[in-house]
Amino acid sequence: MSDLRIAEGRWLHPGAWWAWALGLAAAASRTTNPLLLVLLVLAAGVVVNARRPDAPWGRSFGFFVRLGLVVIVVRVAVQVLFGAALGTTEIVHLPGLALPSWLAGVRIGGDVMLESVLLAFYDGLRLATILICVGAANSLASPTRLLKSVPAALYELGVSVVVALTFTPQLVSDVDRLRTARRLRGRSSSGPRAIAASAVPVLEGALERSVTLAAAMDSRGYGRRGSVPTRQRRIASTALLAGLAAACVGAYGLVSTGSPALLGLPMLVIGVLATVYGVALAGRRSIRTRYRPDPWRLAEWLVLLAGVGTALLFAGASWLGVPGMDTPVDPPAWPTLPLIALLGVALAMTPAWTSPALPPSAARDRAPRRAAHADRPLEVAA
Amino acid sequence: MIVFDHVTITYPGATEPTLRDVNLTIPEGELVLVVGRTGTGKTTFLRAINGLVPHFTGGRMAGRVLIDGRDTATHPPRELADLVGVVPQDPMSGFVTDTVEDELAYGMECLGLAPDVMRRRVEETLDLLGLTDLRQRPLRSLSGGQRQRVAIGSVLTSHPRVLVLDEPTSALDPGAAEEVLAALQRLVHDLGVTVVMAEHRLERVVQYADQIVIVPGEGKPLILGSPPDVMRSAPIAPPVVELGRLAGWHPLPLSVRDARRAAGPLRDLLVGRTPHLRAVPATTAQLARTDHLVVRYGTSVALRGVTLEVSAGEIVALMGRNGAGKSTLLHALVGIGPRADGGVLVNGRDPRSITGGDLLGSVGLVPQEPGDLLESTTVSDECRASDRDAGCEAGTTRALLALMAPEIEDGIHPRDLSEGQRLLLVLCVILAARPPLLLLDEPTRGLDYPTKARLARVLSDLAEAGHAIVLATHDVELVAEVADRVVILADGEVVADGPTTDVVTSSPMFAPQVAKILSPQTWLTVDQVAAAITGGDPVEEAG
Repeated sequence: MSDLRIAEGRWLHPGAWWAWALGLAAAASRTTNPLLLVLLVLAAGVVVNARRPDAPWGRSFGFFVRLGLVVIVVRVAVQVLFGAALGTTEIVHLPGLALPSWLAGVRIGGDVMLESVLLAFYDGLRLATILICVGAANSLASPTRLLKSVPAALYELGVSVVVALTFTPQLVSDVDRLRTARRLRGRSSSGPRAIAASAVPVLEGALERSVTLAAAMDSRGYGRRGSVPTRQRRIASTALLAGLAAACVGAYGLVSTGSPALLGLPMLVIGVLATVYGVALAGRRSIRTRYRPDPWRLAEWLVLLAGVGTALLFAGASWLGVPGMDTPVDPPAWPTLPLIALLGVALAMTPAWTSPALPPSAARDRAPRRAAHADRPLEVAA
Repeated sequence: MIVFDHVTITYPGATEPTLRDVNLTIPEGELVLVVGRTGTGKTTFLRAINGLVPHFTGGRMAGRVLIDGRDTATHPPRELADLVGVVPQDPMSGFVTDTVEDELAYGMECLGLAPDVMRRRVEETLDLLGLTDLRQRPLRSLSGGQRQRVAIGSVLTSHPRVLVLDEPTSALDPGAAEEVLAALQRLVHDLGVTVVMAEHRLERVVQYADQIVIVPGEGKPLILGSPPDVMRSAPIAPPVVELGRLAGWHPLPLSVRDARRAAGPLRDLLVGRTPHLRAVPATTAQLARTDHLVVRYGTSVALRGVTLEVSAGEIVALMGRNGAGKSTLLHALVGIGPRADGGVLVNGRDPRSITGGDLLGSVGLVPQEPGDLLESTTVSDECRASDRDAGCEAGTTRALLALMAPEIEDGIHPRDLSEGQRLLLVLCVILAARPPLLLLDEPTRGLDYPTKARLARVLSDLAEAGHAIVLATHDVELVAEVADRVVILADGEVVADGPTTDVVTSSPMFAPQVAKILSPQTWLTVDQVAAAITGGDPVEEAG
């Protein structure tokens, strides 16, 4: 069925958004070119601005952008104050502290070199970009919808996350109520003593609520199970554990330079396969079915391809040693824009058009607010 | 459908069983009402039906509970989920998901029903309970009545044969309660569901019941019978029944309609007599005043220019739908919450400028959750803390409590008190500083009749002593009993303000049962009628 025929819009599968965002993050990890990184953030911003729903989590992108800025500032500050001096171009001389010889490599204050600051800045920018990509997924994909799509074996874990998510606003209103109560008793409702006094009742309330909720969930059939032989259960947990361990080793091998090639991609693939098998096997115990699961259609494939394609283009360019993927710092040079990576950025932006519009109930009333949101990606570039 | 066979339930640590040797059978398709005072074991009885007691709570159970032939001893609650649906007291506390549609589907997902079956049942249930317009709405944004209906719907989708509800209407305004009860009626009539429901507000539900179970507590045997039989001698009864007993009507009417048909002679008897009203003190010193008060939360307006005056010695009832602005108005009178425009004066001062302990010298509020105010681990500690807060002589609060609730012991934890006792304790804590203006938010939620009667007496005495009292409530019977003046709020505006008799008798929603039965005469309570009758001719002629 074509999405075009469903005129009123729908939610894109949250898995597609996460795949896209992780693809962008992977692409960002392959370059230190500040122009490319900023362009990736802009691409993510364009998509978020186009498809972000009107929901509390929909606003988390801005938070991640600010977090990214903090990461850059901290990274550069640490380099300026403590990092090993690198290069020859001195920007400024800070009063330093002479450290004993056995602390070689650690430095406090002293000469600040342009090269090392630039290196720290690029590094921080890369980390910030990865964070912002995760933030984009966060604000595009509804956490509850994502949980609906987790495999049956992980479902119970998912439920605890959902419950925690719904309890947080409740805790905030509890704190509010208890502050009110303190005023009603004629006590001061602010200050550390007031907060300490309300901590116990708030926790008590939360505990009581969880017990009530547990009883309600039990009465509604939560935790009903099909019967599965013990042997199969053991195989499932072994596959799951071994798979996860292999995936961790593989991921480490992939990112760390200098580890044997066998430890990288092959290990990761084996690990992921074993995990998927274990999860599928464990899921047989659950008799749960799903109400209106999010479908995976053409639009999901296009969004997924945009993410994977971007990651592949960046990784390919980096592997081929295309000039411009890494910006030299010693001596410093202006970054250039390699064409192949630009193509990747363009691909990263396509979900803004290829993904379906949101259902009217979730879409933001964008007309009056457009001006306020349009400048958000620019604030990153500045 | 439901069989209790020599069931005795003892909670861990308790010396006496909560329920002793219960034997009863509830046939299919009946609406059974469970009544009894707070703390007598009603909730235990309800929870035993789906095995939450003892599987979830612990404790020892002797005897058997059979639901459609399934023994709860061998079937934990989750294995009974397709047979018994349980709606908890506070529906919000039982919601697992965050939107209406997902919540309706949750139980079916757990049972592993096929997707097309789920889809069909969700649509059916949305129609059955009138929730179609709300399907995408977040549960948090729903009103009390809507939440209760969603909670009922969320267990109905599993097609249970038995529905168990714990006080489904106690937190609802009269309109929303009607909504929920109408939905339940439909289930019993159209689907043949067996409904077991506990409720303190007998006046709302007794006419719908096919059978009544009385849980007398203290280990005495349960009484099961048809409503007219049980009501003839029940220790707790709605006003319509009390009036029927007073007038000696037979058969005993349970609904206002039946009572009206029997009430002709009584009305004739009462012609020319007037209800005895509490004398409002002549010195009407204005104590509190709001002046074109506007309160806004974000973009929504909670109060739109409310002007209200309260004088010393009068009891004012604030009524209106859930969300009409009653709580907001009470909060504004103690200086809590935002204020967009207008002014508030209490005792000649703006309550927002009063800080700390001085506040209680002017105004005290008993909030909807009175337990919030209690922080100590024993009643006597709480009383001592209250004396300190109020800056009054040591022992003041304890003395007040001894006056209002003599049975409360010193060493008990406030959490272990019954709802009513906790309310009275908080009332004493507030009253220790003798605030001239006393505000109560929904004081009768979850209170049984005797406790309510006690509260009514306490409030009347306080008004005699010169306190001005404002209470926000849905309880029309309490209003009829104690209030001198009724203010009705709708959508943040005052739509009616006048003497209780005038306001409530002119409104079908807020009229107490006695007023409905005896209209066009303006009697509000059974006590008024009793006083008028015994003051004159003997009662027998009314029968």
